[in-house]
Amino acid sequence: MAAVEIPRSEQAFLEYVQAGGQVETTDWMPDDYRAKLVKFIEMHGNSELMGVLPEREWILRAPTLQRKLALTAKVQDEVGHAQLIYRVVEDLGKPREQCLADLISGKAKFHNVFHYPTKTWGDVGVIAWLVDAAAIISQKALLKCSYAPYARIMKKICWEESFHILHGRDVILAMVTGTPEQFELVQEALNRWWGPLMQFHGNPIPREEDPMFIWRIKSQGNEEARQGFLDGYVPQIWELGLTVPDPKLRKRDDGVWEYTEPDWAELKHVVTGHGPRTADRLAFRARFLEQEQWVRDAVLAA
Amino acid sequence: MSEQVLLGLADDELVLGWRDSEWTGIAPMLEEDVAFSSIAQNEIGHARAVYELLSDDADVLAFDRAPEEYVCAPLVQLHLLDWGRTIARRWLYEVADEIRITALMEEVPLAAKINREEAYHRMHAEMWRERLAETPQFRAAVDELWPYALGVLPPEQRAELASRAGRDEVAAVERGANDAAFTELHAEMTMVRRSAPAGAQW
Amino acid sequence: MGARRSLGGLMIYEVFRQDRKGQPFEHAGSVVAPDAEFAEAWAREQYGRRGESVALWLVPRDAVHVVADWADEFDLKYRRVDGYSIKARLKEARERAGTAGAG
Repeated sequence: MAAVEIPRSEQAFLEYVQAGGQVETTDWMPDDYRAKLVKFIEMHGNSELMGVLPEREWILRAPTLQRKLALTAKVQDEVGHAQLIYRVVEDLGKPREQCLADLISGKAKFHNVFHYPTKTWGDVGVIAWLVDAAAIISQKALLKCSYAPYARIMKKICWEESFHILHGRDVILAMVTGTPEQFELVQEALNRWWGPLMQFHGNPIPREEDPMFIWRIKSQGNEEARQGFLDGYVPQIWELGLTVPDPKLRKRDDGVWEYTEPDWAELKHVVTGHGPRTADRLAFRARFLEQEQWVRDAVLAA
Repeated sequence: MSEQVLLGLADDELVLGWRDSEWTGIAPMLEEDVAFSSIAQNEIGHARAVYELLSDDADVLAFDRAPEEYVCAPLVQLHLLDWGRTIARRWLYEVADEIRITALMEEVPLAAKINREEAYHRMHAEMWRERLAETPQFRAAVDELWPYALGVLPPEQRAELASRAGRDEVAAVERGANDAAFTELHAEMTMVRRSAPAGAQW
Repeated sequence: MGARRSLGGLMIYEVFRQDRKGQPFEHAGSVVAPDAEFAEAWAREQYGRRGESVALWLVPRDAVHVVADWADEFDLKYRRVDGYSIKARLKEARERAGTAGAG
C-alpha cells in the first residue's frame, strides 16, 4: 500500500496543491477535488472526440494527397488524445463506456467550438490554425495541473498539437497567397469562427473564484488564457491582410486587449447541448456506437 | 511491367485508403479509429508513391481523371459502413494484395518497401479475423465479398488466393465497371479541388 | 500506477517507451486490451505512430509491484550525501595546511 504523504484534510490538501504539490492516482484526495477533476478531464476527452466529426467530412474532400495525409494525421491525434484522456478518467473511477454514454445522452459537456458546422475548406484552415491555438493555450497551462497523470499526458498532447498548428498555418498561407476566391474562403470562415473563438476560454470569472484554479487543476484564469490567445494570434491574422470581425478589438498601451464582450448567453446555450450541430453529431455517434456493440462484445469475450 | 497493373495497384490503395478513412470518429473503439487512420495514411502513401512512378504529379492522377478512367477493383469501391464487412474487406484485400505485391517485387523495388509496411496491415487484419471468425456478421461478409476479392487479382493469381483464403474459386467481380457509389465518392473527393482552377495551390 | 487492475474482460497494460537507443525506458501511460496481441497493436499506434519511440515494454498492470513506503526513523544521514559537511571540513583542512585562500 502506498504511503500517503498528503494529509487527509481538505485544508491541508488545498495548501499542498497550491504550493505546487502533485497528486497521484492512489493518493488520498478530497471528494470535491476528485469530482471536479473527473468532470474537467472528461469534458476535455469529450471535446477531443467531438472535434473529430466537424473535420471528418473534409478528410474525404481534401484537395491534395498531402493535405489528406496531414488532416488524417491531425484528426488521428485527436482520437488518440481522447483515448489517453479517458484512460486517466478511468483510473479515477469512471469507465470509458460511462463517459461515452453520458456524452451521447447530453449529460456531459464538450467545448463550444465543436457544436458548430464546418462549411468550407476555409474552415479546415481556420480550425487547425486558430481553434487549435486557443486549445493549446489552455493545454500548456494544464502541464502544471496538480493531478500528475493528467499533467503527464498533456506533455504528449501538446507535442502533437504543435504539428497541427503548423499544418493549419500552411493551409491558410496557401489560400491567402492563392486566388482571390481562396482568400475570401479564409476571411469568410474567420468571420464565422471569431465569436466561438472569443467564447472558447470561458467567461472572465476571476481565477480566485474559479474552483479549477483553486484546486490548481487549471493554472491560469479564463481571461488570462483569452489575452494570451489574442496576443499570440491577432498579429498573425492581421499580418496576412485578414480582418477580425470586431471593430472594438485593439491592444491598449498597457498591453491588454480590448474587445466586444462575447455573447456569454450563446456560450451557455451551446454547451448545454443546443448548438447548431449538437444533436445530429451526437446522434451520428450514437448510431455507430449502437450498431457496433456486437464488435465490443466479441472483443471482450475471452 | 504493365502500367495498367501499377495503376490498378495505385487506384486500389487510393480508394481503399479513402474508404478506410471513413471510419474516422466512428470505429467501434477509439483504438481502432487510430489504427484505421494509420492504415489509411499508409495506403494513400502507397498510392502516391506508385503514381509518382507513372507521372510527374501524383495529385493529377489521384484527383483529375474522370470516374470511368480509374481502374480500381470493385472490392475497394464498395461503401461499407459496418465493421463485419469492413474487416472482411481488409482481410481479403491484404491476402490478395500480398500475392500481387510479392509478384511485383521482382521488377519494382518500390513494391518491397510497400510490402514491408503491409506486414503491419496483415497483422492487424489477421488479429481481427481471429476475433470475429465465429461471428455470423463476419462469416456472411466474407461470403458476400469473396467474388469481389477474386477480382482484385488477374486470373492467373486467383487459385493462389483461393488456397490462402481456404475457399473455392468462383466467378470474380471484375475490374472495369465503376459503379454509382464510386462516382459519388469521386465527386466528394474532388469537390474542393474542383472549386479552384487547375494548378491552384492548396 | 492506477488503482484498478482490470476492467471486465480487458487487461490494463502499462506502457514503457524508449525515446532512442541508450535511453531509459520511461512510463508513458497505459492501454486497455483483451490480450497481448491487441495491446501491442494499440500501443504501437498510441506510442509510435509519429515515430517517437524506438521500443516499448508492455507490462500487465498486475505484474507491476508497487513500492512506495520507506522507513528512516533514525535519520541515518551517513547513507545520504548531504549528511557530510564536506565544505566545513575542507576549509579547516586547508587552513591547517596553509593552503586556504587558494581556489
